[in-house]
Amino acid sequence: MMPLNNGKAIEVAGLTKHYGDLLAVDHISFEVLQGRVFGFLGPNGAGKTTTIRMLTGLTRPSQGQACILGYNLATDLTRIKKVIGVVPETSNLYHELSARDNLVFMGQLYGVPRRERGERSDALLRRFRLWEKRDTPFGKLSKGMKRALTVAAALVHHPQLVFLDEPTTGLDILSARSLRALIGQLREEGVTVFLTTHYLEEAERLCDQVALIVKGRLVALDTVEGLKARVQGRAAVEVTVGPGAGEARNAHLRFTAYDVAAALRSALDEAERQGRPVLSVRTVGPTLEDAFIELTGLSAELMLAEKGGR
Amino acid sequence: MWRDDLRGIFYIALKDLRAYYLKPPNISWGIIFPLALILAFTIRQPGEVWELVPGLLGMTLLFGTTSMEAIVITFERRIGALERLLLAPISLPALLMGKVVGGMAFGLVTTVAVLVVAGLGLRGRPNWPMLLLTLLLSAAAFSALGAFVSVAVREVFEAQTLANFIRFPMIFLGGVFVPLSALPPPLRVVARALPLTYAVEAIQRALFGAALWTFGLDLLVLTAFAVSFFGLAAMVLTRKLD
Repeated sequence: MMPLNNGKAIEVAGLTKHYGDLLAVDHISFEVLQGRVFGFLGPNGAGKTTTIRMLTGLTRPSQGQACILGYNLATDLTRIKKVIGVVPETSNLYHELSARDNLVFMGQLYGVPRRERGERSDALLRRFRLWEKRDTPFGKLSKGMKRALTVAAALVHHPQLVFLDEPTTGLDILSARSLRALIGQLREEGVTVFLTTHYLEEAERLCDQVALIVKGRLVALDTVEGLKARVQGRAAVEVTVGPGAGEARNAHLRFTAYDVAAALRSALDEAERQGRPVLSVRTVGPTLEDAFIELTGLSAELMLAEKGGR
Repeated sequence: MWRDDLRGIFYIALKDLRAYYLKPPNISWGIIFPLALILAFTIRQPGEVWELVPGLLGMTLLFGTTSMEAIVITFERRIGALERLLLAPISLPALLMGKVVGGMAFGLVTTVAVLVVAGLGLRGRPNWPMLLLTLLLSAAAFSALGAFVSVAVREVFEAQTLANFIRFPMIFLGGVFVPLSALPPPLRVVARALPLTYAVEAIQRALFGAALWTFGLDLLVLTAFAVSFFGLAAMVLTRKLD
């Protein structure tokens, strides 16, 4: 019997996690509607992965409550596990098993009927363009293929909610694009997606709703447009500058201020300070990145740099 | 719920057998090494080799069950693959039981292979049902010990070191090569704290056709070891994962 969940895929109230003296997640509360893509953004160590670990039953909350698709996290964990799929931050399938055997094994663990799990595994291998590699051991696949297979493994049992923890980190451009397309397809199929990412452009493109978490606390929770509207009054200027002394590449400087002239002055001052010639100037509307910087007090570059950048 | 757990135990054991155990180096080590020992003792003292068979069967079972079992959980934790199992709709004890059953199955396969060869020259009338029960309970105790070693450490090399630290003294004190009666009294007390001692004793009784009632204490102690090691392993793993 399906539980009543009023169209909510996730309901979280006061969720908290302590590791000894460290407060990793601090009384966060939010709701995610079914069939939506929910972005959970924040810098390294903000509490994103800990939150996912709590919501997927890998670690117990110190305080607070959560319901997943109407099931209580504290009492219905096995039922919850049957209807969710999880793509952890690291691609963690079995190195010794082939690509196909890994998917079939996941089907076995989740009780997918024998014939269906074979068909489903083959369909996923084709969908993720891994059919040619179906007999290759997971350990011998490229990094992008490992990531794709890890995502496929989370979908074998037709989950209604998928947790994606940094799914595109370390992927090449084509693989990342393909994965983003898949997230769009999942949404069209009515699957709810809980996505953590360092890449604000990715979140802006994919997410219906975004939560910003810093040092374990939710600092904002809104739609992408809602967050951008919070910095609507500000102007942003993007200046392309040529290479400085001893450098080979152009760079982009982005500044926001309450008027275009102030933003432009800041950008030109910075170009001069760096000793780079100004190549072009354009004014742009506020992005999620601007909202992120405004609301968290952190720089987007810092967030990317922590993860190796892109 | 119990159906999910049973399914999980079966498929985790099957996956472990395919992914780790049934590889040529494991099979050859598990079967050829004890057979080579039997051959060496047969050439050296043909009349006395059958006295060693129970001990060698016990040793084969100990190494067969723990060779991979003692490192597999540590290895899967290191590469993150254990999380895959924890995310599946099965309980943590069922997950651990799947690992233990995989180790038991491999240990029993290698031991039966050695038994088939060693049994060709066996005299007397073995008590087959008791031998089977003894091997099952011994395999459970050893495999649970392997699981405990595997969850107690962080690195694979630490698991191997700890497993050898436990296994090798057991071989010397557990009645494999030296009968318990030949040990000095203090070492006899130590030997009585080792599961291998009870396994070898019960295998000896089963092979040489002893009366049923003589198995009681050995099988009871082996069951207690299996339950205790499993409980400890589950407790440590639960604590480490949170």
